[in-house]
Amino acid sequence: MSLLEIRNLSVEFETAHGLFRAVDSVDLEIDQGEMAAIVGESGSGKSVSMLALMGLLPWTARITADRMNFDGKDLLTISQKERRKIIGKDISMIFQEPMTSLNPCFTVGYQIMEVIKEHLGGTRKELEARAIELLGLVGIPAPESRLRAFPHQMSGGMNQRVMIAMMIACNPRLLIADEPTTALDVTIQAQILELLQDLQHKRGMALVLITHDMGVVAETAEVVNVQYAGQQVERQNVVDLFAKPQHPYTYALLSALPERATGKRLPSIPGVVPGLLDRPTGCLFNPRCQFATDKCRSTPPALHSKVLCHYPLVDGKPTNNHPGVSGPGSSGQGSSGQGSSGQEALGGNV
Amino acid sequence: MIRFILTKLGLLIPTFLGVTLVAFSFIRMLPGDPVELLAGERSVSPERHAELMAALGFDKPLWEQYFSFLVGILHGDLGTSFSSKQPVLEEFFVRFPATIELATCAIIFAALIGLPAGIVAAVKRGSAFDHTLMGISLTGYSMPIFWWGLLLIILFSSPDMLGLTPVSGRISALFWVDTETGFMLIDSLLSDEKGAFRSAAAHLVLPTIVLGTIPMAIIARQTRSAMLEILGEDYVRTAKAKGLSPFRIVGIHALRNALITVITVIGLQVGVLLAGAILTETIFSWPGIGKWMIDSISRRDYFAVQGGIVLIASIVMLVNLLVDFMYGLINPRILHRRS
Repeated sequence: MSLLEIRNLSVEFETAHGLFRAVDSVDLEIDQGEMAAIVGESGSGKSVSMLALMGLLPWTARITADRMNFDGKDLLTISQKERRKIIGKDISMIFQEPMTSLNPCFTVGYQIMEVIKEHLGGTRKELEARAIELLGLVGIPAPESRLRAFPHQMSGGMNQRVMIAMMIACNPRLLIADEPTTALDVTIQAQILELLQDLQHKRGMALVLITHDMGVVAETAEVVNVQYAGQQVERQNVVDLFAKPQHPYTYALLSALPERATGKRLPSIPGVVPGLLDRPTGCLFNPRCQFATDKCRSTPPALHSKVLCHYPLVDGKPTNNHPGVSGPGSSGQGSSGQGSSGQEALGGNV
Repeated sequence: MIRFILTKLGLLIPTFLGVTLVAFSFIRMLPGDPVELLAGERSVSPERHAELMAALGFDKPLWEQYFSFLVGILHGDLGTSFSSKQPVLEEFFVRFPATIELATCAIIFAALIGLPAGIVAAVKRGSAFDHTLMGISLTGYSMPIFWWGLLLIILFSSPDMLGLTPVSGRISALFWVDTETGFMLIDSLLSDEKGAFRSAAAHLVLPTIVLGTIPMAIIARQTRSAMLEILGEDYVRTAKAKGLSPFRIVGIHALRNALITVITVIGLQVGVLLAGAILTETIFSWPGIGKWMIDSISRRDYFAVQGGIVLIASIVMLVNLLVDFMYGLINPRILHRRS
């Protein structure tokens, strides 16, 4: 049995313009000690799906799921009180902005000891010793003196380490890291990721890493979920995903990696993730997809073999019988990818 | 910390000078002068008028009068009241405890009700409680003090209605309480008179409600908006992610941050309270500095008025200074930024 199993999770928000579906039938399964990544642009519903799991969404959110099990417990039916015993102890989460995620009015020592006291208890002395141990563990120099420091007296990287210390304080079995390095500068990013990987290996905890950085995914994850506009469009293990992306969105994300760029200009995906008012019909990715066809524009695709696409790529390339691809070969695809795919697709299709 | 205190104290000097200038000039802008008012119906000849004015020192040029006012302040001398022939400072401090007692009760009343109400309204945003509370506080805020006072007197004090509370003064005339501290609640407890404390407390009820209503409304609204903002902060989400109880999240993590705003608001209310005390004390014949100021203005008692204003303004400034220091205790970022 997996440690965490989520089936068909949807999150909707009540807005002035009607319901907005931020997360649309997402599945996630993760085993003890496994490392999964959720990838997608901003607005893909990556964080929202995990916040829904944590129960951290505002009351305006409507969360539905067929199943949301953690360690055999059904998170959908347990009471708030029971959920609070799991959250922060067995499942914990670190966030994007370390500078604002720690309470400015309390010392870091207090904030770490608080969570241990809440879930495990202990005397003040024990709590302090544990907090010092944790601060040392996440690589904070002179942890005894840092105990009485306030968050504003430390750098962003240090604060993120404190955040990690706080969230692993109760030995969680699952840690969710929501873009933990986005707000930090590049040298610190690598250190924090290394720290997370190290902790994951040593403690055998499962780790879900939310990111939009494909480079980070390649270095860390075992399983990758690609999300777009709230939908899970592809799920593969990391080696296959990089070698043979099946969804055009994954393909486009990978093409945008500097390492993979062939021309002088770095390829990008034109347009933005659709919001509440500009949702296209059919496949949600069709306006930005270089291989989109009429069918893509009219009919939403169904999930087949873990890919949400009418015409999944084969071996990382569109197939020859793909109606969205003009010409017999697909070798020239990389360079024509930046052109207006719509016209091209029309030409090939009609 | 010492530098922080010194900077704050240094900033007080120009403010203080401004206050003395305003206090000095405003009372002199009013038509009429103390001699005319003393003379009253009996007219006074221009020669005698000039003579009396000279005796009081009002024949000198204004700048010289102002300068001697400032020198007097530096020596702790605010002049002598014309009407009572007592030093202004003494006059002030005889009445001050009464005002302090009333203002303290009012601010405690306002905070005890306003704070929790604002917190609950923020946590239950959009609920019936929230809407009701905001409606009531807007009404409270807009209520003219004198009218509100009269309404309460009719309802609570009128023998035809509830007849529960006394209408005026600090204690029933049946009791004789020696002045030890100047605070009637304490003095009545110290005295041997039975029922004196009860009477003093009963006399405080209505003035406290009347004076505390506006601050209460402001505190409730400000607490609500501060809490609303803070409940949306990342660190509140972190607190939830730690699995803490709602009580800890709201009462410890959010409130501690919201207090920074709320304490400022409470501090600013001290000015509002002292201003409101003038009306409230007049309505309830409360023998405090508010009533004394009104009487002094109508007597054109220049020294009493300018001295009183300077003293009241100094108290407001000191309280604001205290609030600044309390920030430092509540919000560690403020102290560290400066040191």
